[in-house]
Amino acid sequence: MNTLDLGTLGLREVNRKLISLDPGANERDFRIENPMGGHAIACGLTLPLNVAIAGHVGFYCAGMNQQAEVTIHGHAGVGVGENMMSGTVLVKGNASQSAGATAHGGLLVIEGDASSRCGISMKGVDIVVGGSVGHMSAFMAQTGNLVICGDAGEALGDSIYEARLYVRGDIESLGADCVEKEMTPAHLDSLTELLQRAGNKTKLAEFRRYGSARTLYHFDIDHADAY
Amino acid sequence: MCGIVGLYLKNDALRPELGRLFRPMLEEMTSRGPDSAGVAIYRDPVAEGSTKYSLAHASVDHDWQALADDIASACAASARARPIDTHAVLISDADEVQVRARLAEHHPDVRLVGSGRSVEIFKETGLPKDVYSRFDLDSAEGSHMIGHTRMATESAVTTAGSHPFATGADLCLVHNGSLSNHNRLREELVRRGLSFQTENDSEVAAAYLTWKIRQGVSLTRALEDALDDLDGFFTFCVGTSEGFAVLRDPIACKHAVLAETDDWVAMATEYRAIATLPDAEQARIWEPRPSTVYSWGDTGLEVDAPAGAHGAALDNARSGTADNRQAVTRTPH
Repeated sequence: MNTLDLGTLGLREVNRKLISLDPGANERDFRIENPMGGHAIACGLTLPLNVAIAGHVGFYCAGMNQQAEVTIHGHAGVGVGENMMSGTVLVKGNASQSAGATAHGGLLVIEGDASSRCGISMKGVDIVVGGSVGHMSAFMAQTGNLVICGDAGEALGDSIYEARLYVRGDIESLGADCVEKEMTPAHLDSLTELLQRAGNKTKLAEFRRYGSARTLYHFDIDHADAY
Repeated sequence: MCGIVGLYLKNDALRPELGRLFRPMLEEMTSRGPDSAGVAIYRDPVAEGSTKYSLAHASVDHDWQALADDIASACAASARARPIDTHAVLISDADEVQVRARLAEHHPDVRLVGSGRSVEIFKETGLPKDVYSRFDLDSAEGSHMIGHTRMATESAVTTAGSHPFATGADLCLVHNGSLSNHNRLREELVRRGLSFQTENDSEVAAAYLTWKIRQGVSLTRALEDALDDLDGFFTFCVGTSEGFAVLRDPIACKHAVLAETDDWVAMATEYRAIATLPDAEQARIWEPRPSTVYSWGDTGLEVDAPAGAHGAALDNARSGTADNRQAVTRTPH
């Protein structure tokens, strides 16, 4: 385990150290101390590292992640795991808005609640939220899976494309073109696998599935009121 | 941009540390608002029947003793002034209406920044760390403070345009965001007898709350009504004699985070402003929901999520678009 003290090294030095490692090096496990709510911690990682952040982080933590497994032992600010491509980002606390925004791949796990716009414009990432999500989550979500073990706020899945939404609790309202869909055995298998990967033991029984009605893909004058 | 911060000490043993704990909170928000800063501190409540006035003047060597003497003789009451840099805290047992009238008529170059029994408001242009030093706040004791670091977007960088803005007795507002209907709302409020010192949009929000509270509605209700009458983006932190309240607009784009331990409650635009508080690592941290009034004070945390629009909305104040900003009902979990 290598310890990086963000308080003494500073953000750029910590990130440079993680990004510039020799791909063949044996160093794989890192612990970042004193994050103090700083922004852009552990961004742009490209190697299969294990990075533990000992505390609460600011905005865009683990953004653009590839391959690395980043664990945040605390709260994550705006845009955690935004645009991540692969790997795993785990938030032990709650997350602020826009968690996993535009992310293309990998797994983002938030053990607590996520705020508004969770998974906005997601493009293939899998997101598992142990608690609830705020308004406008999965707005314009394109592909990937968003699992919500608690409740969802207003306008869930507004203008959604092909992402799959699994919600266990109450939904305040569905957004434009987002509808409930049948939970087939294949979807249950997929949900089982997502929860397992996230280490989440929530029972499958109460989950319902939501997705796109596909009526807003092209402008249709008859649907003008729905836009 | 702009940064806002609030700290309420639940543990009385920390009260001598208030000013020292608050400095890094304000300074950490410098990158969000480097052009001016201000704080409201709640301390040393005056006796019933007396009022504290936070006053400001353009020069640092204004003759505040002469002003206090003038208030005392004109109002046949006691009055003493404690000068602090460009500001002074005047304490008088005179009738508040009389004092306000005297200030307006005979001291037009003095600005009344706030009043109440415990609040003191200090604000200036300049870097937050310098503003904080000018008002000698490091050793300040008290129960709670709110603060603001400003990056001006809607109006000029002036002392008067800095936050906090007073909204009534012991009430003041700091705002992160921008209001889009402030001009029409200002005209409406002027027609209803309110006066303004600046072209600032946040001052309009403060005047709106002042107007509501003068009508006898509670702060919580006034904030709920603001959801209907204010158009734009906002995270508000409102200082009260007992604590502070937080409200975000229904879209909730402007950042905000709340944190609580057994010893304190804090709000900030970004968590990094809270990170230096004792045991912040163990704090419960979450993002406040939109359209929901959070308040702290003697009664602890109260969360009030309004069920819908309330009456008494201002005419003509809205932008004219369909009102989709209906408040939502949520319970905390």
